[in-house]
Amino acid sequence: MFSLDLQTVLPEVILSVYAMAALMAGVYTTKDKSAGLLIWATAAMFGLVAFLIATREGVDPAFGDSFVDDGFGRFAKVTILISAAVVLVMSQEYLARRNLLRFEYPVLVALAVVGMMVMVSARDLMVLYMGIELQSLAMYVIAALRRDSVKSTEAGLKYFVLGALSSGLMLYGASLVYGFAGTTAFDGILLATAGETPLGVIFGLVFLLAGFAFKVSAAPFHMWTPDVYEGAPTPVTAFMATAPKVAAIALFARVVFDGFGGVVGDWQQIVAFLSVVSVFWGGVAAIGQTDIKRLMAYSSIAHMGFALMGLASGTAFGVQAMLIYMAIYVTMNIGTFAFILSMERDGRPVTDIRALNMYSRYAPMRALAMLVLLFSLAGVPPMVGFFGKLYVLRAAYEGGLTWLAILGVIASVIGAYYYLRIVYFMYFGEEKESLDTGTSPLLWGVLMASAAVMVFGVVNLFGIEPLAAAAAATLVD
Amino acid sequence: METIILFAPLVGALIAGFGWRLISEAGAQWVATSLVGLSCLLSWIVFLGHDGQLEQIQILRWIESGSLATDWAIRLDRLTAIMLIVINTVSFLVHLYSFGYMAHDENFRPGESYRPRFFAYLSFFTFAMLTLVTADNLVQMFFGWEGVGVASYLLIGFYFRKPSANAAAMKAFVVNRVGDFGFALGIFALYYLVDSIQFSDIFAAAPQIARLELEFIGLQFDAVEIVAVLLFVGAMGKSAQLLLHTWLPDAMEGPTPVSALIHAATMVTAGVFLVCRMSPILEFAPDAKTIIVFIGATTAFFAATVGLVQTDIKRVIAYSTCSQLGYMFVAAGSGVYSAAMFHLFTHAFFKALLFLGAGSVIHAMHHEQDMRNYGGLRKKIPYTYWAMMIGTLAITGVGIPLTHIGFAGFLSKDAIIESAWAGGGEYAFWLLVIAAAMTSFYSWRLIFLTFHGKPRGDQHTHDHAHESPGTMLVPLGVLSLGAVLAGMIWYSPFFGDHARVNQFFGIPSAHDSVEGADGHAEGVAGATEELAEGDLEHAAEAVTEDAVAEDGHGAGHDDHAVAGVAAPGEGAIYMAPENHVMDEAHHAPVWVKVSPFVAMLSGLLLAWAMYIRDPEAPGRLARNQRPLYNFLLNKWYFDELYDFVFVRPAQAIGRFFWKRGDGSVIDGGINGVAMGVVPFFTRLAGRAQSGYVFTYAFAMVLGLALILTWMTLAGGAE
Repeated sequence: MFSLDLQTVLPEVILSVYAMAALMAGVYTTKDKSAGLLIWATAAMFGLVAFLIATREGVDPAFGDSFVDDGFGRFAKVTILISAAVVLVMSQEYLARRNLLRFEYPVLVALAVVGMMVMVSARDLMVLYMGIELQSLAMYVIAALRRDSVKSTEAGLKYFVLGALSSGLMLYGASLVYGFAGTTAFDGILLATAGETPLGVIFGLVFLLAGFAFKVSAAPFHMWTPDVYEGAPTPVTAFMATAPKVAAIALFARVVFDGFGGVVGDWQQIVAFLSVVSVFWGGVAAIGQTDIKRLMAYSSIAHMGFALMGLASGTAFGVQAMLIYMAIYVTMNIGTFAFILSMERDGRPVTDIRALNMYSRYAPMRALAMLVLLFSLAGVPPMVGFFGKLYVLRAAYEGGLTWLAILGVIASVIGAYYYLRIVYFMYFGEEKESLDTGTSPLLWGVLMASAAVMVFGVVNLFGIEPLAAAAAATLVD
Repeated sequence: METIILFAPLVGALIAGFGWRLISEAGAQWVATSLVGLSCLLSWIVFLGHDGQLEQIQILRWIESGSLATDWAIRLDRLTAIMLIVINTVSFLVHLYSFGYMAHDENFRPGESYRPRFFAYLSFFTFAMLTLVTADNLVQMFFGWEGVGVASYLLIGFYFRKPSANAAAMKAFVVNRVGDFGFALGIFALYYLVDSIQFSDIFAAAPQIARLELEFIGLQFDAVEIVAVLLFVGAMGKSAQLLLHTWLPDAMEGPTPVSALIHAATMVTAGVFLVCRMSPILEFAPDAKTIIVFIGATTAFFAATVGLVQTDIKRVIAYSTCSQLGYMFVAAGSGVYSAAMFHLFTHAFFKALLFLGAGSVIHAMHHEQDMRNYGGLRKKIPYTYWAMMIGTLAITGVGIPLTHIGFAGFLSKDAIIESAWAGGGEYAFWLLVIAAAMTSFYSWRLIFLTFHGKPRGDQHTHDHAHESPGTMLVPLGVLSLGAVLAGMIWYSPFFGDHARVNQFFGIPSAHDSVEGADGHAEGVAGATEELAEGDLEHAAEAVTEDAVAEDGHGAGHDDHAVAGVAAPGEGAIYMAPENHVMDEAHHAPVWVKVSPFVAMLSGLLLAWAMYIRDPEAPGRLARNQRPLYNFLLNKWYFDELYDFVFVRPAQAIGRFFWKRGDGSVIDGGINGVAMGVVPFFTRLAGRAQSGYVFTYAFAMVLGLALILTWMTLAGGAE
C-alpha cells in the first residue's frame, strides 16, 4: 500500500531528493562556482520530471486520498515545470553578470516547484497548506536574493509579512471549515456541505479564498505584487509571474471544485467579485506606471482576473478555459520577461519604458517580437492572447455571467492602453539614448520563440485545447 | 464552353487591371478585348446550337449553411443564351469602339494611364453581367446584380475629376440600393416560403406558394403577389422605371461607350430579364402583373415626353432607353415574356448603335454634346450619319405594316403593342401608342438637329469635325446589321407561332392530350420526347389541333389544358394555361396592328415640319407653352421632388447623428471616460500603493471584510 502511495508521489519525491542532494553538493564542494551547472541540471531535472508526469494516466489517489495524481494536476504540473525550467535557464546569464549567481537559487526554485506540485495535487487542507508553505518560504528567500540591495530585501520582507498574514487567514479559514465539517479532507467537506450549509463553512471558505487570492495576486489582495515585482531581481520576478501563478490558480480551482463543489453558487460570487476587481484594478492602475516590471505586475493582476473569470463560470468549460488561459499567459510572460531581461544600457538593467524610445529603429526584430507579445497580452486578434480571452469570456457568458463577460471586455479595452503605449514608444517615440542591442542569444531565442507561438498558435493552439478539456473533465465531473 | 464564356472576361479584367504594367497599355486593351471576343464567339455557338432544353453546369459548391445549400452553377436555357449573345456581342463591340473613343481624353492629364483601367472595368462589368444572367439561384444572381452595380458606379464616375460625374455615380448607386433592398426582401421572402434559393425549386413550388399568405408591414398579402412585387421593385431600380428612374439620365456622365454598353444594352435590361426569369412566379400573381404593366406603360410615356425637349444628345437617348424599357415591362406584365425578351434583344442592337453613333458625333465635335450646337453634319461624318439613320429607323419602328418585314424595332415594338392591347388593357395600349409617336418625334428630331440644317455651333469646331477611326466604325456597321435584320430573322421564335416559341424556349407543349383525358401523362412525356428529337412537324400539327380545339371547346377545354401544359420551371419562360395573351395578340384587329405605324409616321411628319420645314417653330412653341415646356424640361420635377422629400431630410438626419450623436455623445462619452474617469482612478490606485506594509494589510483585511459582509447579507447559505 505504502509503496503504491510512494509511486504516486514519485515525481515530487524525485525532485525533493534532487533538491536536497544538490544543496549538499553545493555546500560541500565548490559552492557558488557550481551554480551555473546546477541551474542547467535543475532545468534538466524539471524537464525529466515533466516528461515522467506527462506519460502518466488515470487517477491515482495516495495517502488516504489526501493527495491525488489526476489529469488536472498533471496539466498544471507540466506547465509549472516547463515554465520554471525555461525561466531558470533564462536567468543564468543575468544573475552571473550581476554577481547574484548563488547555488542556493536553483535549489530554492526546485523546492518551490515541489511545493507547487504538492499544492495542485492536494486533496486535504493540511497537505494543501504544506505545499503552500513550502512554495512560499522558498519564494520569500529568492525574492530577497540580492541581499545588499535595499529594494530587494524590502521586497522579500514585504512579501514575507503579507504572506504570513495570508497564511494566517488561510489557516483560520481551514480551522473554521474543520470545525464545521469535522474533517480536512476535501471529500469530507463535500459531504458536509451537501445539505444545509452552515454559515461557518462559508466563512471558512471566504478566509481560504482570501488566502488563495493573495497567492494568485487577485485584487484586493494584490497590493504586494507591484512592490515585490519591482524589488526582486528580474529573473525572480519572471519566475514569480509564471509558475507560482499557475500553481495557485490550479489550487484555487481544485479547492472550490473538489472541496466546495456543493456550494458553487456561493464561491461563484466571490470569484466573480475577485475577477472584476482584478481586471479593472490591474488595467486602471497600470496606466500610471513607467517601470516595466511594475507594469507587468499589474498586467499579471489583470490576467489573473481573466483566469478567475473562467473559474467563476463554475463549469467544466470554464476550467478548460482557465487552463488554456494560464498556459497562454505563461508563454507570453516568459517571452516578455526574456525581453525585459535583455533591456540594458551600458550593461546596467533598465526598466523604464521610456527608454524604449524608437527601439524599432535599431532592433527591428526584437521590437517586432515584443509588439506581437504586447498585442497578445492586450488580446488583439489574431494573436493567441485573444483566443485565451475569448475562451474565458465565452465560459463566463455560457455560465450565465453575461455581466461579468461584458465588464471583462471593457476592462480589456482599458488594459490595452498601457500595452499599446509601449508599442508607441518602440515605434513612434522620440529618439533618445539607445539601449544595448548585443545580448544573450538564448534570451533572443526565447523571445522569438514565444512571439512565434503567439502568431502560429492561432492554427490550433498547439493542440492544448483537448488536453485542457480532458484535464478539466477530471476535475469537474 | 459555358465556363469559358463566363470567366474569360474576368480573366481579361484581372490581367488588364493589375497586369498592364507588364504588358503595356495597348497589350492590356488587346487582352481584354480579345477575351471578350472569345466569349462573344462562343456565346453565338451556344446560342445557335442550343435546343432550348435546360442545362445546369455546376462549377463549385458555394454555400452550405443549415438548410441553405447551393452551388455556383450556370443555368443555361434560352433566356440565358439570348442574354449571352446580347451581352457579349455588345460588350465586344464596345471594347473595340473604345480603342478609338478613349484614345485621347481631355479629362485626364497627359501621360496619365486610364485606358487599362477603363478596359478592366468594362471586362469586369461583362463578367458580372454574365454572372447575373447565368445564375442558377437567387443569391448568385444577386451577386451579379451587385457586381454590375459596382461596375456601373465605377464607370459612371470614370471621369473622377468631374464633380458632376462623381455625383451621378453616387446617385446611381444610392437609387439602386432602394431597388436592391426590394430585391433582397424578395429573395428573403422566397427563401422563407420555399426554403431554397434554387430557381428550379422555387419554380416547382410556385403553385404552392400561390396559395399561401404572408404578413408584410403588418398586413396580410398573397405570398406570391408580394414576392412578385418585391422582385419587381428590384427590377425597377436596375431598369430605371418610374420612381426609381432618376439615376439613368445622370449616368450619361460616364464615357459614351459605357452608356452604350451598360445604360442601354445590358445592365438596365437586367430588370426585364429578372421579370422574365421569374415568369413562373408572376404567372400566379395577376395583381403584380397589373402593377408591372401600369409602371411600365407610365414610364414609357413619361420618358418619351421628357425626351421631346432634351437638348443633350446623350440624354435624349437615355430617356429613350428609359421609355423602351417601359415597353419591355408592359410586355412582361401582360404575360408575353417572349415579346419582352424580343424587344430586349433588338433594342440592344439599335440602342447600342444609337449610343455609339452619338459617341462618334461627340468625338467628331470635340466633346460637344448639345444638339443645338450641331447641324449639317451629314456631309462631314457620312458613315456615322447612315448608322444613326439605321438606328433611328429601327427604334421608330419602320417596316411594312401587316407583314413581318421591317427594321428590328418595328417587329419587336409592334409585338409589344399588340400584346398590350391583348393583355395589358386600354391604358397601357394607348400610352404605348402615344409614346411610339413621341419616340418617332424625338428620334427624328435628333437626326434633323444633328445632321441636317445649317451648322449652328462653333464654326471652327464644325470645320474640324472628322469621321471617326475604323475601330469605331466597324462596331457601328455590325450593329447596323443587327438593327436591320435581328427582328426579321428571329421574329418567329420570339413572337411567331406558338409552337415555334415553345420550342425556342424549351417549353414542353403536350397539346396532343386534347385527344383524351386519360393519356395526359403519356402525352406530356411523348410530346417532350418528340421535341427533344426535333420532331417539329408533329409538334406544329399538335398545335394546329390545339388552336382548333381552343376555338371550338371553350370552357370545357380548361382541365385538358391544365393537365397538358408544362409545369412551372420546365421551360425558360412559363406561361400559365389560361394565359392566351400571345395568341390574342396575334389575332388583334388590323387597326391595332397598324396603329404603331401610324404613330411613327405622325411623329416623323411632325419632326420634319418643325425642324426641317420651319426651324423657328420649336422656339415659338416653347415660348407659347412655357409651363408645359418647363415641366418637361425639368423631367416632371422628379429630381426636385426627391431632393425635397428624401435627400434633404436624410441629410438633416445624417447631420444630426454625425454632430450630435457621434460627435457629442459617442466621442464625448469615450473621451470623457478615457481622459477623465480612468486617469482619476489611476491616480487613486497610485496613492493607494503607498509602499507601507500596513496599508497593504489593511487593504487585504478590508477586502476580506467586504466579502464576508456580502456573503452574510446577500449570499450566505441560502
